[in-house]
Amino acid sequence: MLNYIWFALMAIALVVAIFTGSAAGVTKGAVDSAKTAVEIALGLVGIMTLWLGIMRVAEAAGLISMLGRLLRPFSRLLFPRIPPEHPAIGAMIMNIAANMLGLSNAATPFGIKAMEELQTLNDEKETASDEMVTFMTLNTAGIQFIPATMIGVLSAAGSKNPTAIIATTIIATLCGAVAAVSAAKILQRFFPKGERAQ
Amino acid sequence: MIRTALEQISLWAIPVLLVGIPLVGMIKKVKVYDVFIEGAKEGFQVAVRIIPFLVGILVAIGMFRGSGAMDLLTDALRPVMNAIGFPAELFPLAVLRPLSGSGSLALTTDIVKRYGPDSLIGRTAATMYGSSETLFYVLAVYFGAVGVKRTRHAIPSALAGDVVAAIVAVTICAWMF
Repeated sequence: MLNYIWFALMAIALVVAIFTGSAAGVTKGAVDSAKTAVEIALGLVGIMTLWLGIMRVAEAAGLISMLGRLLRPFSRLLFPRIPPEHPAIGAMIMNIAANMLGLSNAATPFGIKAMEELQTLNDEKETASDEMVTFMTLNTAGIQFIPATMIGVLSAAGSKNPTAIIATTIIATLCGAVAAVSAAKILQRFFPKGERAQ
Repeated sequence: MIRTALEQISLWAIPVLLVGIPLVGMIKKVKVYDVFIEGAKEGFQVAVRIIPFLVGILVAIGMFRGSGAMDLLTDALRPVMNAIGFPAELFPLAVLRPLSGSGSLALTTDIVKRYGPDSLIGRTAATMYGSSETLFYVLAVYFGAVGVKRTRHAIPSALAGDVVAAIVAVTICAWMF
């Protein structure tokens, strides 16, 4: 699927540029984005190193597997095939908790750690497992209790009550998360692994 | 009250974790510094491993946006949006949100300034931005970190969540504000 979407985005850009004369914009979009992508990735190095180190300590101290056992009902509902004491469960819980608190700096390393743990259970290393997709949709849903960035934007624009959006954001994000996870659970059987996987 | 408690937790979570986790390690007789270094070694490789995935995705989206195709897509989908009663001012944001984090942040800020931070449109835009993450960024980083190329049902599932989140945001804001 990604092969088609990736090519389509670029091909459509070229076709639109031919009709509207926006070739310079397309070039700028490509060059600037390549630079931004590397800056984002390298910007993660410090925080990634710190949290992967701390995560290893948490694992050695038995905290990660404890977290998995504590939140067993959650893990059984979403990830029935992964044993609760597996480090993947603990890392996913840390990721979701960090997201909820708006700690996106810590959430990304936890999430990547979780993906690495899920990869150890995956029999086809270049194809996403059902659990990986379910976990990713929880992240794209962006569950958070305090939308700090938006409260900042509203305050800066002179809002009298910038925190009014907290309740609406929580409701919308939870509905989105439920929909995304349900879609993942329903769709997984229509996207089999193996030869036909895209 | 609940909000203050959450804000305090957000404020203290990182320092407490950074000290608390090694503290439990010390109690359990773990060589905390040695183990920390062992885990931390992976950090650089992980970040570097993401680069090709992120460059691929962000360049394609950058070209798409740079060509002006986004405006055409918005125009093409407008009749559908009007039919279901989705506000025309917010529709471009709904399209841009899964594609670009920085782009949708700029657009949201622009909408908030133009319509006012306490207006229905401004608040709905802020709710829409806050209620989901940038799909293609998350996809590139998470699957890139483990080298997964075939993402199967990830994109349709995540898009379903984004559509529901946007519709709920519009509905709930219209009802509450």
